[in-house]
Amino acid sequence: MFSNRYILIYSTVMVIIVAVALTFVAVLLKPAQLNNIRVEKMQNILKSVHIESTPKNAEELYKKFISESFVISTKGVLNNEIKAFDVDLYLEMKKKPEERNLPVFVCTKDDASRYFIIPVRGKGLWGPIWGYVSLKDDLNTIEGTMFDHKGETPGLGAEINTSVFQDQFIGKTIFDEKDNFVSVNVIKGGAKPDDIHCVDAISGGTITSKGLEDMIREGINPYVAYFKEQMKKK
Amino acid sequence: MKNLKLITSPFNLNNPITVQVLGICSSLAVTVQLKPAIVMALSVTVVTAFSNLIISALRNTIPSRIRIIVQLVVIAALVIIVDQLLKAYVYDVSKKLSVFVGLIITNCILMGRLEAYAMANKPWPSFLDGIGNGLGYGLILVIIAFIRELLGSGTLFGFHVIPQAFYNLGYLNNGMLILPPMALILIGVIIWVQRSFNRSLIEK
Repeated sequence: MFSNRYILIYSTVMVIIVAVALTFVAVLLKPAQLNNIRVEKMQNILKSVHIESTPKNAEELYKKFISESFVISTKGVLNNEIKAFDVDLYLEMKKKPEERNLPVFVCTKDDASRYFIIPVRGKGLWGPIWGYVSLKDDLNTIEGTMFDHKGETPGLGAEINTSVFQDQFIGKTIFDEKDNFVSVNVIKGGAKPDDIHCVDAISGGTITSKGLEDMIREGINPYVAYFKEQMKKK
Repeated sequence: MKNLKLITSPFNLNNPITVQVLGICSSLAVTVQLKPAIVMALSVTVVTAFSNLIISALRNTIPSRIRIIVQLVVIAALVIIVDQLLKAYVYDVSKKLSVFVGLIITNCILMGRLEAYAMANKPWPSFLDGIGNGLGYGLILVIIAFIRELLGSGTLFGFHVIPQAFYNLGYLNNGMLILPPMALILIGVIIWVQRSFNRSLIEK
């Protein structure tokens, strides 16, 4: 049959060929993949202010509507050294809250209305979840949200990326009457219809829903100082 | 004629799921909705066809002592390439499939066909056998996904198909169908129906 020497050579050659082939494919496709990720990020930012885009026109629409983007610290101090679009939330979330770089995207629509878009990132049941929350000019009322996930259960936790779930957030407020930050809570069993700080959780997706609630609270909390400062100016 | 049979027999008398009882794991996992089920079926078809082709072409050079490792390396390499291509050119589809593409590596049908067919047959028939088995697997996936999505969520391809009037009369989506155990029961029902039509499949 086959000698040991043959088997050794055979497996070595096989592994080298496969390794070279995979490396080649990975390097070749890397630019296209990175560009997809970049375009998707633009689409996601636009989606949180209800601008639907396709991978083709996303870049153009992004340039048109996102009039400003900047990075601030938790104390509300502007940081000009970093571009907001390049901030990797995955790395920021590992830092202490007070050391984080906080990106803000400002969208100006055709009727001159301005929206502040905040990126958020947190934990679902099986992996990371992330999204964008856009606030109206009063920095209190939610204009729209966009959430997505890595691998939540289809039909259960994965429902966070459907418009049925996301549209619940429209019009909710993140500060109460006394201007305390209360965020938006996700209620298992259903929120009361007139509650302006709560939305319904997903049946069968409680852990994902709770993760999303924490994500919004912890994601927006570092911005509170900046928001209050901006509110005072008005 | 003989080659045609390679493609058609997996649909019924030699179905990978209901007769060979392979690939049960993934047919429970990806059949909550129709769309991922269909894309999964197509990806599996591509990978089975090409891994059958490659292994069949190499079959006389593969030392039998390490044949399983060789088969796995070929399957894994193909799945990674498919995954990378999906990510680069059809990014939205690849996002919907998420982990499922990677899971093709662990699909028993692939190893089963390589061991049972490609190691002993010429490349062209092996290629057809791969396509046939991939599609036979896909057929069952689509049937199960159709029933689960319709009764479990009231939708097909994400569109609501059950009229609101039904819900007003007290109709409810069956949450049980979203969970994997119901998929297993559905597979059982399909096997039962199939065997009641094909007496030859019933074990003595």
